[in-house]
Amino acid sequence: MNPLAGCLLVSALLFSVGIAGALTRRSAILVLAGIELMLNAANLNFIAFWRFGPHPEFLTGMIFVIFSIAVAAAEAAVGLALILAIYRFTRTSDVSEITEMKG
Amino acid sequence: MTGNSLWIVRNLWLIPALPMLAAGCSAFLKKSERTLSATLAIGSMSLSLLLALFAFLQMLIDPTRQVVSFAWLRFGDQWLSLGWLLDPLAAVMLVMVTFVGLLIFIYSLGYMAHDDNFTRFFCFLSLFAGAMLGVVIANSLLLLFMCWEVVGLTSYLLIGFWFHRPAAAAAAKKAFITTRVGDLGLLIGMVWLYAQSGTLIFYDNGRGCLEQSAVAGLAGHVTLFGMAVSTAIGLLIFCGAAGKSGQVPLHVWLPDAMEGPTPVSALIHAATMVAAGVYLVARVYPLMSAHALEVVAWVGAITALFAACIAVAQDDIKRILAYSTVSQLGYMMLGLGVGGVAVGVFHLITHAFFKALLFLGAGSIIHGCTEEQDIRNMGGLRRFMPVTFLTYAAGMLALCGFPLFAGFWSKDAILHAAHGWGVSRGPFYLGAIGALLTAFYMTRQVCYVFFGQRRAPAASVMPATVAAHAIPADQLEPVVSARLGEVCAIEDPHESPVVMTRPLQILAVFAVFLGFVGTPAWPWFQSFIAGQTAKFDFGGFSEPGLLSIMLVSSLIVFAGLAFGWWFYGRKPILHATDPDALERLQPGIFHALANRLYVDEFYGVTVIALMRFLAAFSAWLDRWIFGGAVNLISWLVKGFGWLDAGADKFVVNGGFDEGCREVARGGRLFSRLQNGRVQTYLSVLAAALVVLAVLLLWGRRG
Repeated sequence: MNPLAGCLLVSALLFSVGIAGALTRRSAILVLAGIELMLNAANLNFIAFWRFGPHPEFLTGMIFVIFSIAVAAAEAAVGLALILAIYRFTRTSDVSEITEMKG
Repeated sequence: MTGNSLWIVRNLWLIPALPMLAAGCSAFLKKSERTLSATLAIGSMSLSLLLALFAFLQMLIDPTRQVVSFAWLRFGDQWLSLGWLLDPLAAVMLVMVTFVGLLIFIYSLGYMAHDDNFTRFFCFLSLFAGAMLGVVIANSLLLLFMCWEVVGLTSYLLIGFWFHRPAAAAAAKKAFITTRVGDLGLLIGMVWLYAQSGTLIFYDNGRGCLEQSAVAGLAGHVTLFGMAVSTAIGLLIFCGAAGKSGQVPLHVWLPDAMEGPTPVSALIHAATMVAAGVYLVARVYPLMSAHALEVVAWVGAITALFAACIAVAQDDIKRILAYSTVSQLGYMMLGLGVGGVAVGVFHLITHAFFKALLFLGAGSIIHGCTEEQDIRNMGGLRRFMPVTFLTYAAGMLALCGFPLFAGFWSKDAILHAAHGWGVSRGPFYLGAIGALLTAFYMTRQVCYVFFGQRRAPAASVMPATVAAHAIPADQLEPVVSARLGEVCAIEDPHESPVVMTRPLQILAVFAVFLGFVGTPAWPWFQSFIAGQTAKFDFGGFSEPGLLSIMLVSSLIVFAGLAFGWWFYGRKPILHATDPDALERLQPGIFHALANRLYVDEFYGVTVIALMRFLAAFSAWLDRWIFGGAVNLISWLVKGFGWLDAGADKFVVNGGFDEGCREVARGGRLFSRLQNGRVQTYLSVLAAALVVLAVLLLWGRRG
């Protein structure tokens, strides 16, 4: 088992934990946390493929991940703000009860 | 426009236009503006009379024919022209119509003074005068025909002036429809003439349809039964003239036309309109071939005798005069047929004066007797109405042809011409017997009306006659009518106002003296019509046969007067219900004559029955055949519509609804996916991811 495969395995586990959390949790905040986990699993993949790829001397993977983390932070801020606004409107943060968009 | 510069010729159209304008203006007047409407009518007529006299003077100076034509409308590549003409014939007619018309207008002021529709009456009278003058000056058969029809229309309107009386309304319709029969012939003749000669202008510097080249061309063609085209066209035009002038088969409307107000009877149905037929024949005289003139002469002679016979047994004062008019119109036609334009037209002019006089006199009598028209209920009026009596007597003697009166000269000219006619002596004998009867029935009428003693109308007869003859019959209750009868019986008749008697006196002067313009010694009238100058020469009497004819006709007149006096004047008639002297002598013949020889009844069972049958047949055809076809088609269309609606409802709509339902069901299905739960979407995503991952792995291995 080479180091790349180990990294990918960890990343896959992390993604699975994230998706499980996002699908099973009822609290919107925890769903958001699950999504963050999945995002970080993707970041880990970027790092792994960069580190063990053909050109580790260029800092492409690192830059990509830093951008991704910055975007994720902004996304988390927007997501939390949305959750807060929905909570104020519906008095709940339980995503299974927020069905306003039902067709 | 032609280049002639005579003012009166260029402005001749003003003569008919002025009364027409007056008619148009008074049509807009309110009922209450009586004075204004009468002023308009009489003023326009006076101006027309002045212009007519001016035109007449012009003709006296220079009797050549003057024409003015103008292009009226174009069809195809041809221009249709209208125009007017001035020749001695037209000038004489213009003066006669305007002069007699003016007198009758003035008389109407008195006669119609109590009528509610005074303005309407003068409007119609003016329209009539305008149209009649248009007939006289027309230089185109088409223009003449148009005015002719307006004349017919006003005749209809004026006969039916008291249209609330059913008899008047029926008489108006009868007059209109009967003359229509003749006018159809005139129209066909006119179209044929246009087709043959290409113009309807009478005189157009050699190109007109009455001038040498066109007439020669028409006489040259031969049509049905070997007749020349000119004969056929002449006879067709004569049909129109016969309808208007009440010649025998079409005379039935004229006596009924007496339902109109008496001035109308005088103006239209005695003096002018009925003479229009005679004038028409005189106007198209060049077109009349010898054969056509034979027909004209025979029809005229038969009419003259036939109507005179019927007049003998009539009791209504106006009806007697009406039949006498028909008879005299027959004489005019006879004169045209056997003697030429001047002979017929001379009688037309003299007759216009004395017949207008007689009718106005009758109107005066009727007016004075409170709307009584039955001569049996009059009697002895000589004492009450001296002016009317004297003038009436003058008119009566003129009509009889009493020597030296106007009618004597004109009727004698006709009889003389008939005697010298090469074809047959028949018309002469018919005319002579007619003259005897004329003297007889006029004497009878005068004896009944003016002599003897005043007869109280029989109580049983009175309400019926009043109901039939009083003006507003439907406005008067039966009780009032009866009282009116009593008033008439008790109250003495009165002389009419000056406005009515003055025209009578003027006309009487003409009835006595007018004949002297056309005596054999000084045939000024005949020469004037022919465009020559007359010489005064007693040698005119020495023409072979003339004096003997005059003697014979005078004897005939005296005989008629004597018979009349013997039967009716010798013993005064005491009671209105007394049988007529002739009735006692020959009841069968008298009743046949009194019933107008059953001509109306004959038409009733033949022509009218045929028309009724045709109408019923047409109604049947319309209702069942054409109506059935239309209904069948409508049912078919309805059936198609019903089928179409069914197809629409059940097939087209069904398919469409099904499609809509499917779309809705699909929408519902998909809307179930959109349940609004974020995690459901996410799980779908996850499942898809798994599927993708499995597929990728599967692909690597495969």
